[in-house]
Amino acid sequence: MATAASQQTWMQRNKMIVTPILFLLPGLLFFSVYVIIPIFQSFQISAYEWNGLGDLSERGEFVGLQNYRELMSDRAFEVSLWNNVKWLALYLLAIPGGLFIALFLNQTVTGIRLYKSLFFFPFVISQVVVGLVFTWFYLPRGGLLNTILGGLGFDTLNILGDPTLATYGIIAAGLWPQTAYCMILYLTGLNAVDPEQVEAARLDGAKGWRMLWHVVLPQLRPATFIAFVVTIIGALRSFDLISVMTNGGPFGSTRVLSFYMFEQALSEYGFRMGYGSAIAVVLFLIMLIFIAYFLYSMWRDERPART
Amino acid sequence: MFPTPIQKRSEAVRVTYQVFLPIALILWLLPLIAVASFSIRPLTDFTQGNFWGWPSSFNLFTNYGRVFFESDMPRYMLNSLMITIPTVVGAVALSCMTGFALGIYRFKGNLLIFFMFIAGNFVPFQILMVPVRDLTVSLNLYDTKLGLVLFHIAFQTGFCTLFMRNFIKALPVELIEAARVEGVAEWRIFWFVVLPLMRPAIAALAVLIFTFIWNDYFWAIVLTQGPEAQPVTAGITSFNSQFVAQYHLMSAGSIVAAIPPVAMFFAMQKHFIAGLTLGAVK
Repeated sequence: MATAASQQTWMQRNKMIVTPILFLLPGLLFFSVYVIIPIFQSFQISAYEWNGLGDLSERGEFVGLQNYRELMSDRAFEVSLWNNVKWLALYLLAIPGGLFIALFLNQTVTGIRLYKSLFFFPFVISQVVVGLVFTWFYLPRGGLLNTILGGLGFDTLNILGDPTLATYGIIAAGLWPQTAYCMILYLTGLNAVDPEQVEAARLDGAKGWRMLWHVVLPQLRPATFIAFVVTIIGALRSFDLISVMTNGGPFGSTRVLSFYMFEQALSEYGFRMGYGSAIAVVLFLIMLIFIAYFLYSMWRDERPART
Repeated sequence: MFPTPIQKRSEAVRVTYQVFLPIALILWLLPLIAVASFSIRPLTDFTQGNFWGWPSSFNLFTNYGRVFFESDMPRYMLNSLMITIPTVVGAVALSCMTGFALGIYRFKGNLLIFFMFIAGNFVPFQILMVPVRDLTVSLNLYDTKLGLVLFHIAFQTGFCTLFMRNFIKALPVELIEAARVEGVAEWRIFWFVVLPLMRPAIAALAVLIFTFIWNDYFWAIVLTQGPEAQPVTAGITSFNSQFVAQYHLMSAGSIVAAIPPVAMFFAMQKHFIAGLTLGAVK
């Protein structure tokens, strides 16, 4: 046996470590160059005043924490941050909304599959198109919403033109596909709900909210977790809808951090890469709280499998 | 509030449900139905304020014909395809490999690398924007399809790895052990044992990534500029400025831009949903 082992090539002896490295290499390389390293570079750039031309070290001016200090007194930043909070809080409505629709559709009647797909379909459309669709829906003259409001005898609303309403109008547009996403997560989850448990609980007299809360929801935990992850990420990533529907306006009232960052770094308003990166870093740190929590939950689930 | 199966309820409940379903669906899709109805009207309806009345004529073919023959729309669509398809192929190929490495082998740092992929997949795009744009410019790939494709492949590899690794992890270990005992080389195990079993995962990811990339807007406006390379999501804004206030053409354009992922979804629904639930909800 010993001689047989020594006759093996180095490659054969170490195959259990060399193989995974070789398989990981291309993916890891790509991912590092385009995702991991840029995160650190953004941190670095945020300490400079730089217009994006030429080399950072030559043409950029090192300003330390100046950009962050400037953020503290920037009204537009404050508005964006607040809007992010609104997005986060209201976007979560997609989860109960999706659950409600899923419960409604969780029946077996003819054509139900088609209904499920059609309910889901807003999610498949790009946010750009969703944004356009809702812009036309909200049109002050001729838009469907105002036609209905007018028909019911209410005053018409210029939702996207009103600084106090515009953000809510955009969030409503975002909730449309997001609710559809949560719905499909719950529909799949409901398939796995144990009918015997439900039946047993029913015999024990559980119904209504109590049934939902104590019997069904615990079994939907994995679906709820994913719904949370994708909804929070979605809320903090909101950009397309704002860009398409209001372009940050009216009077900057619909900006969020992701949009304000883009505006500062790469639009007609200027090329302040350093300042933009500082905004991105703040957004990243907010996101990091959630990412850390998600990873922790996944790690917890991972442990028993590792043995 | 877990609904009793409708079959066990009274006739009245069943009928109400059946009637209510289509009404709920119409309400849900109302904004979309509105746009579809815009897209078949003639321009005069909008100038005369007839947004919702009976169309003065049906212009389905004229409107969509103009979208296809009098604008850059076909070109944007082609760009979108030429960006989306290579990305799907690249990201799926890379993640089959990373997923295999992370799902089968035990080595130090396995979980760390895996979590790095997951974390990277969740970061806000803006933290990558300036460096990635810079890198793309310095590679001379700014405003090219290749520039977008390379970035998309890299970024999607994060999500795809998460998916593939979990899928492979759930495969029966005995299969691989048996092959090893037989003395099969590791890369052959990948190619002949694991890869064939991964078909459903590959299908799910392919549809999903197709939709994600087709619908991407942020990177399209960061890394491209003109009709040469812009995909349809970015192109539609220039399309709309070409036809300002011509709601019939703008809505027809939006519908055209939305069709490919929708068609993909309806064709591959089962795989699509398996992908969306990240394989975690069985």
